[in-house]
Amino acid sequence: MTTTPPSPTSTTVRREVVVAVPADRAFAVFTEQFDRIKPREHNLLDSPVTETVLEPRVGGHIYDRAEDGTECRWARILAFEPPHRLMFSWDIDVRWTLEPDPDRCSEVEVTFTPEGDGTRVVLEHRHLDRHGEGWESMSAGVGDESGWPLYLDRFAGLT
Amino acid sequence: MTTYQVDPWTALGDPSRKRIFEHVAARPRSVAELADRLPISRPAVSQHLKVLRDAGLVGVRVEGTRRIHHVDPAGLRRLREELDSFWGQALATFQQIAEQEDHHP
Repeated sequence: MTTTPPSPTSTTVRREVVVAVPADRAFAVFTEQFDRIKPREHNLLDSPVTETVLEPRVGGHIYDRAEDGTECRWARILAFEPPHRLMFSWDIDVRWTLEPDPDRCSEVEVTFTPEGDGTRVVLEHRHLDRHGEGWESMSAGVGDESGWPLYLDRFAGLT
Repeated sequence: MTTYQVDPWTALGDPSRKRIFEHVAARPRSVAELADRLPISRPAVSQHLKVLRDAGLVGVRVEGTRRIHHVDPAGLRRLREELDSFWGQALATFQQIAEQEDHHP
């Protein structure tokens, strides 16, 4: 797995990996088994997530289903083009809660390009600056301790 | 973990500050240069820069009588690192599953 060193002011996260399977297979695994791929610690619901579902069509959603039966739709499928491209919105704000305003959501694009006998998979999470829009009013009443640091703590287990 | 006085997302949430940040990101600039380029008064530019500094997004150095502001990569880098780590973990799992299942369909 490789990472391109980003410019200091980049608002994009880019990751890529070459997998030893054809593109159609890679696309199918990514979209059909997203449940296993998404790190499960990341949870917007109150109760533990039992399942993450990626609906395989434009206009569909990615949603988490929790033990208590509640659901959380946290992404909208913007492009579903097997076996080359998948794009979805990231409707999660920096406090790891649902972001209802599409203008304040970032975007994730995943491309699958044949390379030798395998597939190069490039993931770009773009427009991170959009999460800043309107953040001031949203965070009214949220102190330093429960805003930004909380977000960091939620991710801390990953590093 | 460093605790900033201002949340970086909050700092960039203001449209004027976002524009100032973009100008500073393009290249280091003084308050006067920023005020000349933007429809924002000098005192207001100074105020916005203070917020950006408190959020860890912008740093300052003194050159003679001028204070030159530049992007402090720490704030933005922090935002990216969290998502980079999230997707890094996701792609590693993806690779494992894809290649395992190919060998054992």
